[in-house]
Amino acid sequence: MNLMMLLEMAASSFPERIAVQNGEDRLTFAELFSAAGVAAEEIARSGAKHAAVLDVSSLALPVGLFAAAWAGVPFVPLNYRLTDAELDQLLGQIEPAYLITDSERAPTLGSRAGATVIAREDFLARSRGGAGRETTWPMEPEDIAILLFTSGTTGPPKAAVLRQKHVVSYILGAVEFGAAAESDAALVSVPPYHIAGISALASSIYSGRRIVQLPNFDAETWIALARREGVTYAFVVPTMLQRIVDVLEGSASADLPHLRAISYGGGKMPLPVIERAMRLLPDTTFTNAYGLTETSATLTVLGPDDHRAAAGSPDPAVRRRLTSVGRPLPTVEIEIRDEEGKPVAAGVRGEICARGEQVSGEYLGKGTRVGSDGFFPTRDGGWLDEEGYLFLEGRIDDIIVRGGENMSPGEIEDVLLEHEAVADVAVVGVPDEQWGEAVAAVVVLAPGHEPDPEALREFVRQRLRSSRAPERIEFRDELPYNETGKLLRREVRAWLEDAAAAP
Amino acid sequence: MAQLKAGTRIQSAVCATEVMVIQAPEGEVDLRCGGAPMLEIGAEKSGDPVDPAAAAGTQIGKRYVDADGTIELLCTKPGEGGLALGDTALVLKEAKPLPASD
Repeated sequence: MNLMMLLEMAASSFPERIAVQNGEDRLTFAELFSAAGVAAEEIARSGAKHAAVLDVSSLALPVGLFAAAWAGVPFVPLNYRLTDAELDQLLGQIEPAYLITDSERAPTLGSRAGATVIAREDFLARSRGGAGRETTWPMEPEDIAILLFTSGTTGPPKAAVLRQKHVVSYILGAVEFGAAAESDAALVSVPPYHIAGISALASSIYSGRRIVQLPNFDAETWIALARREGVTYAFVVPTMLQRIVDVLEGSASADLPHLRAISYGGGKMPLPVIERAMRLLPDTTFTNAYGLTETSATLTVLGPDDHRAAAGSPDPAVRRRLTSVGRPLPTVEIEIRDEEGKPVAAGVRGEICARGEQVSGEYLGKGTRVGSDGFFPTRDGGWLDEEGYLFLEGRIDDIIVRGGENMSPGEIEDVLLEHEAVADVAVVGVPDEQWGEAVAAVVVLAPGHEPDPEALREFVRQRLRSSRAPERIEFRDELPYNETGKLLRREVRAWLEDAAAAP
Repeated sequence: MAQLKAGTRIQSAVCATEVMVIQAPEGEVDLRCGGAPMLEIGAEKSGDPVDPAAAAGTQIGKRYVDADGTIELLCTKPGEGGLALGDTALVLKEAKPLPASD
C-alpha cells in the first residue's frame, strides 16, 4: 500500500483534469504525478529521512506529500505558526530532513546542518521541470506515510504516526474512485498541518476532484472563490462556518449556486451557527465529521439526511442530534467505556474508543495506545444515544480546542507562572460562540502586584502563539485543589461560568 | 500464485490488469486473471491470449470479491481478463455511497 498508488490510478484515468490549483497556478493529474517523481528523486538524493513542509497551502503541498510517499520517507507538515524555539525542537526530531518552506524562512533555516532546505518556488520549478522517475515506490503497508505533531497535555509535542496502511485504508473505505464529475471542485482552507487538510487532498485525488486551495482563510475571499471557481464541496472548521454565515447574512445575496455540500469538523459546532447556515444555504447539504489525527481523520459522520431529519423533527431527542457527530463509518467501530475500560450503556458518558484499519493511535518513539482488542482510547469524552448517534463531551485531558486548534492548558500555565506577578494560575477552556472554546486564566497574584491582564496576555504572546493568550483573565486569592494537590479544573470552570452569568 | 499478502500488488499474466490485495485467505491461493495464474509485479508476462471464457474485464477503482467474502481485490490497472479464484469468477463489490467528509 502506498499513497502514490492512489495518485497513479487517478493520473492514468484522467491525466488532463486539473488536480489542484492555487490562484492562477495549477497542476493536472499527469503533471502532479510527474512532479512527484522528480521531487522524490531529489529527496532520495539528499539522503533525508523525512520530507517536511513548513508553509501555507501551495502546490508544493501535494507534490511534497506524494513525493515523500514515492521516496519512501514520512511526510511531515509543520505548523507555520510555531515559534523558532518550538520549531527547532521539532526539526531536531526529524533530521536529516528535506524541508520545503517559504522564501523568507528558507535562508535562515538553510544554515541547519541536518536539513536540506528549499524555497517553495524553487521546489516547484525544479519538480515541474524534470522528466519524472523510473524507480517505483515501496508498497510496504507498515511504512510511515505521515507524521503530524500534536500538542500533548504535558511535555513537548508528540508526533502521531500514520502508516501507509492507515491512510490508504481510510481513503479506500471512505471514497469511491473517480466518482467526481469533471466540473466538481473542493475548496480546501484548512492548514496543511491539520489532518483534515491532508485527508482532503488524498480523498480529492482519489475521487478525481479538483482541489482549490485557499492558503489564508477569510470569509469574503472564501465566498468569492467558491463563486468564481464553481466550488461544489468544502470542508470548514466551525469558526470558519461562523464567519461565512456572518458575511452571507450581511450581504445582498447568500447565493452559492454550485456549492452542493459542506462538511465540518475539528471542534464543537454551536447549534445557532449550523441552524443559520442551513437556512441561508437551503440547496447545500451539511455533513459533520468527527475524527482525530491518530485515526487518519473521520470516524463518524452526521450526514445530510441526518441534518434534515434532526432540524425538522418535533421530537427533542431527534432534534438534539444536530449537535451530535453522527454515526461511525461502516469501517469503524465506536465504543464508550468507563474508567475501568468496560463498555457502558447508551446514554452513559465515558471515553470514546475507536477501532478500524485507519486507526493508528501510535506516537513516534512512544509506541501505540491501541489496546490488545484493537480499540484506541481517544481521551475524548462522549456518549451514544439509543440509535448510536455520538455526542461529544469535551476532552478528557482538559485540552482547550480553540477554532480547531488544540492547546494544552499546562503549556500556557507554565508560561504565566514565569511572570513575576503570578503566584499561581489555572487555565481552562470556556464556551465561546466564535471559537468553540476560548482560553481563560484564573490568576493568584504574588504579593505587592496589581492586576494587569493586558501585561499577562502580552507575556504569553511573546512566548507562545498569540492564540494561546487568554481572552479572559480573572483574579482570585487562591485556587481549588483536592487533598492530593490536584487542581480542580471543573471548579475553576464553574467559577468562570458563574462570573459570566452574573449581571 | 503462492500466498497473498494484504497491501501488495499483483498482475495478470495475459492482460494489463493489476490489483492490490485488500484481503486474502491464508495459505496457497489459486488466483487467476484472463484464465491464467496471476504473477508478482515485475515478473514476465506469458504473452498468451486472454481465455475467451474468462474475459469479463476489470475496471479501475472497483473491488472484486468471492461469494464467501474470503478474498477482496482492488483493481489498480484495468485489463481485458476477468478475475477468478480457481474456476469461480470474482464479482464486483457494490460500493455504498457515503457523504463526503473531507
